[in-house]
Amino acid sequence: MDTPIIEFERVSKIYQGGAGPVTALHDVTLRIAAGEFIALIGPSGCGKSTLMRLIGDLEQPSNGTVRIKAKTPDQARRDRDYGIVFQSPVLYDWRTIRKNVELPLEIMGRPKDQRRQRAMELLKLVGLGDFGDAYPHQLSGGMQQRASIARALSFAPSILLMDEPFGALDEITRERLQLELLSIWWEAEPRPTVIFVTHSIPEAVFLADRVVVMSPRPGRVQRVVEVNLARPRAFETREDPQFFALVTEVRECLRATETAG
Amino acid sequence: MQATTVSTPAVRSTDQVAKWFHILWPPVLTFLVAIALWEGAVWLFEIPIYLLPAPSQIMATFLERPWFLLGIGMVTFSNALMGSAIGCSLGVLVAIFCVRWTFVADGLLPLAVAASAVPIIALSPLMGIWLGSVSAASKIGVIAVMTFFPTLVSVYAGLISPRADALLLMRSYAAPQRDVFLKLRMPAALPFLFNALRVCATLSMIGAVVAEFFGGPRNALGVYIKTQAGILRTREAWSAIMVACLYGLIFYLVIVLIERWVMPWKQRHSGQ
Repeated sequence: MDTPIIEFERVSKIYQGGAGPVTALHDVTLRIAAGEFIALIGPSGCGKSTLMRLIGDLEQPSNGTVRIKAKTPDQARRDRDYGIVFQSPVLYDWRTIRKNVELPLEIMGRPKDQRRQRAMELLKLVGLGDFGDAYPHQLSGGMQQRASIARALSFAPSILLMDEPFGALDEITRERLQLELLSIWWEAEPRPTVIFVTHSIPEAVFLADRVVVMSPRPGRVQRVVEVNLARPRAFETREDPQFFALVTEVRECLRATETAG
Repeated sequence: MQATTVSTPAVRSTDQVAKWFHILWPPVLTFLVAIALWEGAVWLFEIPIYLLPAPSQIMATFLERPWFLLGIGMVTFSNALMGSAIGCSLGVLVAIFCVRWTFVADGLLPLAVAASAVPIIALSPLMGIWLGSVSAASKIGVIAVMTFFPTLVSVYAGLISPRADALLLMRSYAAPQRDVFLKLRMPAALPFLFNALRVCATLSMIGAVVAEFFGGPRNALGVYIKTQAGILRTREAWSAIMVACLYGLIFYLVIVLIERWVMPWKQRHSGQ
């Protein structure tokens, strides 16, 4: 592996709950290379979202160290290394789609014409070129989520954190967006490292270079499954026998976590 | 994926006219029917004029001295306007303080919620003692207190309305507090602010008229209604009440128009 962009060294996260401390993440050691597409999968309570939040400095570890490009996550956040996409699009109602995509650039103080040009470029990339002047509520859920991806990519962050971004969408839209996400990611220059949280097995296998399978109580990394399907992946990839074999492997692995827990 | 149609301006304006006609005709019709029933009942049952004059008589009385009545209405209305301007601005300001320093909110907000539920108008006689019972200041004072609390409670709720994800997004951009406030909290609070302003427009006109019942200059609407009703000149009192309603409605509608202008995204939303 190249020099890792993300390094977890024996990281634990303990929450102080009402019923005593809860270990959300236990002793996780993980290295992720620049440009990798990583899927985090596991049942609820396995700490996959916590892991993502630790990377993005949305939460801090209780033990161990997290290093992002050899910096602290806090420093990386200040350097604007993260683009985040949540399960809900979180677009601001009062801004048009284009203005939503411009928001991070506005905060980062980019000049107006440059912002506008970049936003239009990204909206075209995600297939929303004609909807820049629409307000979020005028768009379907899938279109809103594309706008939110465009917003996350607007300032070309080196790490893209995605927390079940397609979880609220119907299956047909979902498969379509998976394919679009892959081509956007593949063509982005420089290509970001993606951390993609999901609880869909086929989604994880279809998208990722490596699938990190996690188990609950306490949350820990069970196994890392290498996905050696050729890129760029296409619609047909899902019909590949190798794809089925990997889906089965991840599924078996998840079942093992249940019996183990 | 479904395509969303974004209608052209021309199509939208004819749609708007049809929509407004559709919304407006039932209340307009109801209003006219009510007025007709009132008029009919007064003539049919020969109700004495000092008890209840007919709408046509009220209108006639108004038309005898329209400028006088609108003039004294203006005196009262400007108190309402001044009082709610002070009360609402202070409400917004204190709400901002509450978001910035949460200990202020912890101490103040439960009291503010309680205060918006009590009849502040009862303070009127006291305000008269403090600020002079005839002076405009005592009226403006009552109205400022009346409108301050609902504005504070509502705008604070608006400022803290952004969900955790929306705030985390700002955090991920390493946005300074100023941007979190100006680009997220403030616009999110706008619908709440306008709800409060609409309530305050109504409250302040009620407050202005009622406060004058406890004393005020002779050329004020509340004083006029009270004295005319006191000597059973019911038609005169009613025509002044009509003017009070007129100013109240205008105040409310102006707020609604500003709201539509300030929040275009809401307007299109309701246009669906």
